[in-house]
Amino acid sequence: MGSVRCFSWGRGNAFETVYFESRHAIDTQVNDLIDQKGRATVAESNVPAIELIGVSKSFGPVQANKDIDLVVGKGSIHGIIGENGAGKSTLMSILYGFYHADSGTIKIDDKTTTIPDSKSAIAQGIGMVHQHFMLVDTFTVLENVILGAEGGALLKDGVANARSELKRLADEYDMTIDPDAVVGDLPVGSQQRVEILKALYRGADILILDEPTGVLTPSEADHLFRILRVLRDQGKTVLLITHKLREIMNVTDMVSVMRRGEMVASRKTAETSMEGLAELMVGRSVLLEVDKPEVEVGKPLLKVEGLNVKDDRGVLRVKDVSFKVRAGEVLGIAGVSGNGQSELLAALSGITRAESGKMELSGEKLDLSKAHDAAEMRTMGMSHVPEDRHRMGLVNKFTEYENSILGYHREPKYSKGMFLSKDAIRKEAKERIEKYDIRPPTPDMTVAKFSGGNQQKIVLAREIECDPDVLLIGQPTRGVDIGAIEYIHNRIMDMRAQGKAVLLVSVELEEIRSLSDRIIVMFDGNVVGERGPEATEQDLGLLMAGVNQEAENDHELPV
Amino acid sequence: MLDTIILILDSTLRLSTPLLFACLAGLFSERAGVVNIGLEGKILGAAFAAGAAAYVFQSPWIGLLAGIMVSVMLALVHGYASISQRGNQVVSGVAINFLAAGLTVLLGQAWFSQGGRTPALSPQNRFQSITLPFADTLANVPVLGPIYANLISGHNILVYASFAAVPLTWWIVFRTRFGLRLRAVGENPSAADTAGLSVTLLRYRATIICGVLCGFSGVYLSVAQGAGFIKDMSAGKGFIALAALIFAKWKPVNAMFTCLLFGFLDALAIRLQGQEIPGIGEVPVQVFQALPYVLTVVLLAGFIGRAIPPKASGIPYVKERT
Repeated sequence: MGSVRCFSWGRGNAFETVYFESRHAIDTQVNDLIDQKGRATVAESNVPAIELIGVSKSFGPVQANKDIDLVVGKGSIHGIIGENGAGKSTLMSILYGFYHADSGTIKIDDKTTTIPDSKSAIAQGIGMVHQHFMLVDTFTVLENVILGAEGGALLKDGVANARSELKRLADEYDMTIDPDAVVGDLPVGSQQRVEILKALYRGADILILDEPTGVLTPSEADHLFRILRVLRDQGKTVLLITHKLREIMNVTDMVSVMRRGEMVASRKTAETSMEGLAELMVGRSVLLEVDKPEVEVGKPLLKVEGLNVKDDRGVLRVKDVSFKVRAGEVLGIAGVSGNGQSELLAALSGITRAESGKMELSGEKLDLSKAHDAAEMRTMGMSHVPEDRHRMGLVNKFTEYENSILGYHREPKYSKGMFLSKDAIRKEAKERIEKYDIRPPTPDMTVAKFSGGNQQKIVLAREIECDPDVLLIGQPTRGVDIGAIEYIHNRIMDMRAQGKAVLLVSVELEEIRSLSDRIIVMFDGNVVGERGPEATEQDLGLLMAGVNQEAENDHELPV
Repeated sequence: MLDTIILILDSTLRLSTPLLFACLAGLFSERAGVVNIGLEGKILGAAFAAGAAAYVFQSPWIGLLAGIMVSVMLALVHGYASISQRGNQVVSGVAINFLAAGLTVLLGQAWFSQGGRTPALSPQNRFQSITLPFADTLANVPVLGPIYANLISGHNILVYASFAAVPLTWWIVFRTRFGLRLRAVGENPSAADTAGLSVTLLRYRATIICGVLCGFSGVYLSVAQGAGFIKDMSAGKGFIALAALIFAKWKPVNAMFTCLLFGFLDALAIRLQGQEIPGIGEVPVQVFQALPYVLTVVLLAGFIGRAIPPKASGIPYVKERT
């Protein structure tokens, strides 16, 4: 065992030294010492719950996991961090029996084992909370919990048992939940608790959580972390997969970093820092802070007044929203997803018709309750980077250069009569690929084959290069890796410096706070408050949950 | 007046039976996430097999067995295409309809040389009416007597079986472990998969049940209601059953009432054929034939609540790749 660890560490060390070159070598050596100490304590205190030795997995030519070594101490919260596509999810899928490793050894509780399918993972005490909840929306909490472990051919047999067991678990781990509630009606935070209870009901000792906080409000995330700590204190082992550094620092005991399919380091959380981890994730130092220069704010380019929007079921999703965005200003709209932000963007960009509401775009007045379309808004100088690039921003099966003109294809420079001038389009696509560092630089490849970050750059290039006055941008960095995030943030800051008005909608508080000049928070379709970028996370978090502590001072929203 | 009403309702029951079997068949299949356009083809295949086997072996029961076997085989073809090979479920279902429509006539002509029919069955080779106990003695009791004797009593065993299948289906779908898993697979197959269940196996089991029930429907047409197989004798019943399934919002008891309603419209159409209705005149029979579809379209348009199908219905299950 000891020799295996030494080997694993030695390899990581060599890898990093190559990567970071000499200026990082000293840091790395210091970290090494800390790390070995960290591991030693874990190894001395107890048996590892999970041990992976030399696990590899490839999909065709893509090596998703390369010779992974990992030791997870029993009764600890172990974080696994890495960029999108670093191989975290693949590794966890191997542990949960979704994929078979091509080679390598898995040990659970110090016994070598194989995990051919999920059933076997469950039998060996592994439970998983997936990023997209594996719940049946139309079932009750109880039905979801017992699915696959019903305890008899008739439901009646198991249900009474399950009910009392569920209550015991819920009490023990501080997770109050109504067993007869229909899961689809519950808020996401509660749905996640159902997932955790489902795993515990099956007797899980090891709980894997895949990006668990992506859909949660800050207070829901805090609640989750409290639950995780209780689980740990009761002797359960928790594996937390995330790309959010803050969570790692907040809740884990140990952290392992993955990069491009390899495990590059394992550290004691207390002995590392966000900057250090970010550097390990990306392989170079990253600016976590965005450089935000002073920009002179000009006249309002976008004014919205009294906007009400209904969704296709007739439910009012945006309620009397008014705001304005000035030239050289970024207005951030924060909020948990599903509180009207998507409908707001759709109405402003001309995709859906509002119930009522007026908009003034670069001086032109529009009645949003009349039919408009996205093409019209574009000609008036507003471009839109939609929240969901796969559904609205790109046609996945089209090539990069075809996507680079979507929505602008009627412009004379791209077409001759009814035909496209493919050469001109390709030439421009190549220029943009260079300018925006889109990789790989192949305009003829279908966009589906680009990574998330590069897909987003393709959309961004298209919407920024047409030189709009107003940029609507939704979830600019969702599913995008750190390197690209940095790049996208800088482009947004460039727009601001050029005196454009930017409306930024994001569920990432950190992103909103670092980019915005002003922040408004939406809850249940209403604007519940406005803050400056210096607002604390707690303050914004409360607003996102619909609580405005300064409500009495906030009656006059600046319009 | 009462006699006329009883007569129409009696014929409603007879006409609802094949719809009800087919509708419940579709329910099992779609609840598990397999869309089944091929109900029609399975009914037709079963009707032919039953008509042929009942004639050759001189037994309605062997006809029933043969009908079910053929229907299950067609169901397995659909299952292989849409579950194992993850093909398009609608295309596969349509293919089965074409296959059954052509093959039944072809084989019928080759084997019996009666223009695609099977030879007419003598009464003892068909499922015959059953007179329930005391039906004759109670017949003279006012109102209730005729209802019991003429409406409830006097049907063949498959009619009773179809109505007995309704509570049975409800119980299986909502009260058993198998039912819970079946519904889970139709709503969110990934949830079932991660819970350690086999989506493929569950969907196959649902498809086989669907085949058995379609078998009953087809057998009823050729060996109980009719006396032998006639070309295209299912006459769109599989499609009306699909419409009924949507109308019933994928619920067994609703399905029964919807099939009764559609059966009633059919009975009314037969009854009113060629008759003048005071003030309206003669109503073309096509109006009644179209009504089930019209009603379903009205429902789908959202006028009578929302019909929300099982979420994963029609979507082949592919394990997520990252």
